[in-house]
Amino acid sequence: MHVRSTTKLTLILLLAPFVIWLTALVILPHVDMFMLSIREKIAPRTYQTSFANYQEFFTEPLYWNTLARTAVMSIFATILTLFIAFPISYYIAKIARGKVKSILFLLCLLPFWVSELVRTFGWMILLRETGIISNLLQWAGVVDGPVEMLYNDATVMVGLVYTSMLFMVVPLVTTLDSLDDSYIEAGYDLGGNGFTVMREIVIPHAMPGIVSGCIVVFMLTLGNYLTPILLGGKNSLWFTSQIYNQFITRFNWELGSAFGFLLLIVSSLMVWLGLKLSRQTLSSTMAEG
Amino acid sequence: MIPSIPQSRISKIAYGSYVGLFFVYLILPLSVAATFAFNDSMFPSLPWEGFTLDWFMNDTEPKLGLFHDRTLTKGIAISLFVALCTTLISVSVGTTNAFLFERYDFPFKGLCYVLMILPLVIPGVILGISILVFSSTIANGVEDNLGYDLDFLRPGLTLVVLGQFSFITTIATLVISARLRKFDLSLEEAALNLGATKWAAVRTITLPYLMPAIIGAAVVSFLMSFENFNTTLMLVGSDAPLTITMFDRMKEGSTPVLNAVSLMLMIGSGVLALMMVLVQRDKGV
Repeated sequence: MHVRSTTKLTLILLLAPFVIWLTALVILPHVDMFMLSIREKIAPRTYQTSFANYQEFFTEPLYWNTLARTAVMSIFATILTLFIAFPISYYIAKIARGKVKSILFLLCLLPFWVSELVRTFGWMILLRETGIISNLLQWAGVVDGPVEMLYNDATVMVGLVYTSMLFMVVPLVTTLDSLDDSYIEAGYDLGGNGFTVMREIVIPHAMPGIVSGCIVVFMLTLGNYLTPILLGGKNSLWFTSQIYNQFITRFNWELGSAFGFLLLIVSSLMVWLGLKLSRQTLSSTMAEG
Repeated sequence: MIPSIPQSRISKIAYGSYVGLFFVYLILPLSVAATFAFNDSMFPSLPWEGFTLDWFMNDTEPKLGLFHDRTLTKGIAISLFVALCTTLISVSVGTTNAFLFERYDFPFKGLCYVLMILPLVIPGVILGISILVFSSTIANGVEDNLGYDLDFLRPGLTLVVLGQFSFITTIATLVISARLRKFDLSLEEAALNLGATKWAAVRTITLPYLMPAIIGAAVVSFLMSFENFNTTLMLVGSDAPLTITMFDRMKEGSTPVLNAVSLMLMIGSGVLALMMVLVQRDKGV
């Protein structure tokens, strides 16, 4: 009886920090943010419950266009990252051997130990009007004057893909590594070619890695603020910067909370959809990454 | 497509050069950011005006070096302070969480596990604003009803630490749980049979076993906190951590002193990464 009561006490002691952490910093803040988002100011210091903030989002084209644009660009960045990362991960997992393999993998991780700010700064130095690439092109005679490569969507895309690369490469290498070479050889023995082996054997095997990589990359891209603002400038129209404007510049917290909630819904919906399509659970996906 | 399958030379070369190009893409921005810290020019761009250490050492405007730039050094100090606080509480709660989920059964455990992972799938900006909204609600409520002004619940370093702690704890929990799962319980039972109390057994057997994971979690937490931008941006008050200071300068366009900061950050992360590799190799994970 004594043993059981101490176990119970330990359990309570272990539960306490967990419950306090989650309730005070995650659950209650989100409930409160939702309450704020359904509040409408009708006179100074008097409020009523309404969906006016959400209505404003849907009636003002700038707002929902920005969210739609952010979501579409995030999907595009995710797909692009997958297509660039897959051959690299395949090379690391299946073609490189021994020391080369671990060096290449480590090299992939390296940039991500450095702050996103520094990485973006590097791209700014490369791409701006007085930057390296502009100078290089002039020197090579391809262009006559300086070219400004910052502040457009393609540049934002380059930065987003760069920043997301790690979160795609790691799960892909992990799943591809677990595919036994003999399956690929068997595929060829049975008359398959590179394309059919890829489609019938490698990609189905790598599916869990592809899904978890895509989910994480999409989420991080959708919630990104630094890269679109610094590389895209004022025209980047990223939804997180709308949220920032409402909160910090306009001090309209009610509308900002509504925006925050909408972004959260879009993000969760995509995560949920990805998990459903691949029949995985959140716990297994995150524990891998 | 694997070494045992014969492949034409051309496709081999094409594949190899693709991989090569990829690594150039990966390294290019970092090497550029680092190199221009030594350019003797007012802007981090070409032409190359010669080698200088001014952007680290010089103590006069306009070529104010990193070590004499008050805003930047203060930003570094604040970031270090925030990162230490965040690491300490994240790793502590991460450790208790790991024991909770690996050792105990309780009602709604599955749901709790999903809730524990949740902070990782909430965008950082939203974590930031929700904590901002909630803490202001409490602060306003207390002020209106009791007349106290709870200053620490207004934007500032306390909120920055809490905001980062809210999601870094999840990462610490996952790292430490992964190692605790591999622990052989019979070792702890042996200690209990030899007369140790439960707490003594955990302290002398289990915690030393967990140490590499705890150190790993601490290094990752420290870096994530030091480099965090999204959550911090929403919660920051008048004391700006380094990332916020750098961001403001970057928008305005700055002297190569930012390159000097970048290089220092790279060296710092490099040393931490190396430390972690050594610790983990030592103890074998």
